[in-house]
Amino acid sequence: MELTEYRKPIPKPTPETRDFWEGCKRGELRLQRCTVCGHVFFPPRGHCPKCAARSVESFTASGRAKLYSYIINHRPAPGFEQEAPYAIAVVQLEEGPRMMTNIVGCPQTPEALQLDMPLEVTFEPITDEISLPKFRPVDAR
Amino acid sequence: MKRKSVAIVGAAETTELGVIPHMSQIQLHADAALNALADCGLTPKDIDGLACAGASPVEVAWYLGITPTWVDGTAVGGCSFMMHVRHAAAAINEGLCSTVLITHGESGRSGIGRARFGFAPQSLQGQFEAPYGPFGPPTLFTLPVLRYMKEYGLTEEQLAMVAVVQREWASMNPRAMFRDPITVEDVLNSRMIAYPIRLLECCLVTDGGGALVLVSAERAKDFPTKPVYILGTGESVESPMISQMEDFTTSKAFRVSGKKAFEEAGITHDDVDHLMIYDAFAHLPIFGLEDLGFVGRGEAGAFIAEGNTRPGGKLPLNTNGGGLSYTHTGMYGMFALQESVRQLRGTAPAQVPNCRISVCHGVGGMFAASATIILTNEEP
Repeated sequence: MELTEYRKPIPKPTPETRDFWEGCKRGELRLQRCTVCGHVFFPPRGHCPKCAARSVESFTASGRAKLYSYIINHRPAPGFEQEAPYAIAVVQLEEGPRMMTNIVGCPQTPEALQLDMPLEVTFEPITDEISLPKFRPVDAR
Repeated sequence: MKRKSVAIVGAAETTELGVIPHMSQIQLHADAALNALADCGLTPKDIDGLACAGASPVEVAWYLGITPTWVDGTAVGGCSFMMHVRHAAAAINEGLCSTVLITHGESGRSGIGRARFGFAPQSLQGQFEAPYGPFGPPTLFTLPVLRYMKEYGLTEEQLAMVAVVQREWASMNPRAMFRDPITVEDVLNSRMIAYPIRLLECCLVTDGGGALVLVSAERAKDFPTKPVYILGTGESVESPMISQMEDFTTSKAFRVSGKKAFEEAGITHDDVDHLMIYDAFAHLPIFGLEDLGFVGRGEAGAFIAEGNTRPGGKLPLNTNGGGLSYTHTGMYGMFALQESVRQLRGTAPAQVPNCRISVCHGVGGMFAASATIILTNEEP
């Protein structure tokens, strides 16, 4: 099975991030919200980075995002040789936080990748435990 | 800190610069240190304070035979040495030590005796950035550029001009690695590394080092070199991950550090004769000029393209050629400081006339950290 040949970096969850990665496995993008001040944040942690309250809850985000910025990498990282050139992007989630990701389902070109284009999350299983959240253009379904 | 209470009396780079495969990283620290000590007539026995990054201060102290009463191992990337200057000034003023040595040595190109760089799979970067295929600074530090271009209309030609102008400075510097003049077309035709950034918009990768010696301003007069006084200092940090930087068009760490340094120095931007902005990539001077307040938001690209920072311009910037053309070992900040000292001593290869105040601004990591040192040759 090709999964065993996955040569790219594989995230290893910590206690604070386990809920996020388990959500990804189920096809849900989990974010956290402070129950005191309402701030929504990412990556996950045990307290609110805005008001320092330790009371936080996680919820499933809409999965909708916009393309905030990106580069198109011509020097592939180990394991990414087959894909170069490929885009490394930062997306702005509808709920506020930003995250790094790859854009799938469209050519990796400046013409196809327009800043602020609408995107939606999709999950790529890379091991039995880990599915990576990636994003695709909304009209690419 | 108290203005002009501490001075740089010793400053030197490694004897060789660029490709030094016959020296390990720790030896580069030592070579730079011994050169800086010789510059001001001291030996390691005279040193009681030590700061360094890229090696443990324990390692450097032992290697040089120093028994310090104060050490600082702040290692937040290329601006660590600006922070060391700031911390050393405070330590000297507090009486924790009297004679501080700050060292940098990095076998960035040859990789002799250098630890490899990488993120553990459980680290934040290992979980939330590495899986998407970044491959070092060219693929991370460059991520904000397209957003900046869209927000402010910066053109690819203006970005290319940063590299063109710095090569003009480098052409006057015999120690610069790249000295042949280049054009905007040369930059735009150079190999694409991480769209929209081309090869000539990326810094060099070299071997080398540098060191500084700091003492109180009262003692500075007893040394053979022209003292360079610390006028103002600032530092800050933002995020370990570029994806979590608050705003891709401005660095919070730059703004906080720069503002603090200017306030401490008690100067305005018009007082500045010479400016160094750590240029790991061509967009760094653009962010720096704006975040330090030399120009307004979105104005820096045109400011550079119009020639204001080139030789003969009103704000000489990165006069050694910068990380883009002079040298870049990995943590370039020490070389920016060395050039500020040379300019204020009046010994720079591309000397700025009547240089009295120099601002030296550093970045660490990928906009993760920043520190700013304002220096002067005017006596207290």
